Amino acid sequence: MKRKKRFPVAGAFLAPSVIGVLLFFVLPFFVVIYYSFVDNPISLQFVGLENYTNVIANTAFRTAVKNTLVFSVIAVPLAVILGLLLALLLDVKIPFRSFLRSSFLTPLMVPIASIVLIFQVLFDYNGVINNILANWTDTRTDWLKSSSGIFVIILLFLWKNLGYNMILFLSALGNVPSDIVEVAELDGAGAFRVFWHVKLRYLSPMIVFTTILSMINSFKVFREIYLLTGEYPFGAMYMLQHYMNNTFSSADYQKLSTAAIYMSLVMIVIIAVMLVVENHYGKDMEEE
Amino acid sequence: MTRRKKKKRIIGIACRTIIALVLAVMFLTPIILTVANSFMSSAEISSNYGAIFQTTDTGGKVFIGKTVNLKLIPDMVSFSQYATVLFKTPDYLLKFWNSVILVVPIVIFQLVVAVLASYGFTRTKGKVAAIIFFVYIILMMMPNQVTLVPNYLVLKKMGLLDTNWSIWLPGIFSPFSVYLITKYMKRIPGSIMEAAKIDGANEWQLFSKICLPISKSIITTCAILVFIDYWNMVEQPLLFFSDSDKYPLSIFLSKINTMDVGLAFAVATIYMVPSLLLFLYGEESLVEGVAYQGSVKG
Repeated sequence: MKRKKRFPVAGAFLAPSVIGVLLFFVLPFFVVIYYSFVDNPISLQFVGLENYTNVIANTAFRTAVKNTLVFSVIAVPLAVILGLLLALLLDVKIPFRSFLRSSFLTPLMVPIASIVLIFQVLFDYNGVINNILANWTDTRTDWLKSSSGIFVIILLFLWKNLGYNMILFLSALGNVPSDIVEVAELDGAGAFRVFWHVKLRYLSPMIVFTTILSMINSFKVFREIYLLTGEYPFGAMYMLQHYMNNTFSSADYQKLSTAAIYMSLVMIVIIAVMLVVENHYGKDMEEE
Repeated sequence: MTRRKKKKRIIGIACRTIIALVLAVMFLTPIILTVANSFMSSAEISSNYGAIFQTTDTGGKVFIGKTVNLKLIPDMVSFSQYATVLFKTPDYLLKFWNSVILVVPIVIFQLVVAVLASYGFTRTKGKVAAIIFFVYIILMMMPNQVTLVPNYLVLKKMGLLDTNWSIWLPGIFSPFSVYLITKYMKRIPGSIMEAAKIDGANEWQLFSKICLPISKSIITTCAILVFIDYWNMVEQPLLFFSDSDKYPLSIFLSKINTMDVGLAFAVATIYMVPSLLLFLYGEESLVEGVAYQGSVKG
């Protein structure tokens, strides 16, 4: 009886958000699914999987997928490992600790558009980095307009995201039971072995979480690329979002919808992996 | 602890501190350089970086003998860039204003909608609510590439493309902060709520007098994260606005470097100020909130 009375109240609080989400995300998503199976939004002829085979055969789409994957495969592990190393660096009482933590976190709060200028000065053909490298080598790289551009983007990605990952790992390190660490130290384990055999075990759920978060962030890297190199980046920096933007401008809705469905399928797999892994670790921790 | 061990420990801490300080300086360098360069006169900027920005239009790059001068300290501190930006070229201020107009309503109303919804999720244990919450989690993780397509279809249908509503509405209903705030509110002990109920508090009072004040720090965290995400916004205006006059400064900044290098650093610095102030104000909440996000996971 009591519960039944409660639901309308909760419903009233939920209503604005649920209506908005339905209207702007969920319902139109069904339209997207529908569009992915028809020839075009006007004649609406059912074409089966034709759009899906067309999109996957499209060279631009393939390049975009490949580049996005390559970027994620390089950038995500770096973001996780370096974030963890930063956290380990600050995990003991050292002077200036809170200043250091703030410094690593500040890039998160700086709009990318603001520091793009400095990056251009640094990585231009006539830029500072090339001038420094000129001391050792004669070849100049046009960083932002060649395949080396991806390294600049990775650098920018790490610069922005490492602080966030560091905070996540610091909080996980804070939850490692100190008595177990002390016992291991008394048994004569060095810092490295304590980390490898004791702490890492407690960190693993957070490593999974940070990996997935970084992966989601890595899909957003279009912003950095757009701001740094403009609408038409060099090949290796042509990402899925570029492909989507171009498809938007040609108003090819069925292609757009199909590409969106492909991406959401990949995301659903990633989310499912996360949930499974989390469940697994959740149980593991409870057993102890 | 033996003396040797103690000595080893001190050396260890010194090494860590030095490494961390060097890294911190590297992290801050791009920001410091941008700010420092904003205090140079336009003439100094073009003599330092002219080589870079003059050649950008011609396409093919040639090596120019003249070296590029990256300087930390201006030859002469000058406020001329700021004076020009603020008083002579209203264009930049207008774009800044575009950004404010687009971002501030999203931050405010996304949080209003989100705290209400979070309270709703906290107060019900029904299966339907659980399913809705799961849908929110999936939506939250979907990249822009996916969500912008349904957004676009609705906005087009409603005739809202090319208006600010096309940025506001999807932003306001984006489920990001609902997720974090709900997770936080669910941790409020039920006994507190029961006690307040016995004292005669109604549902609205439970929400506004108990849940809201307790959740203040997570709300601050969300406000900061939502603000910086939209302050950085690029994709939405590119797709939803055909008129580039409506673009926020984030997009416009990447285009001014070829035109007005001498002003760009000042504009870039001005653009950083709101988010850096927010960071100074809310850093503790932000760190706490991010750490909290990790502790509850998916």
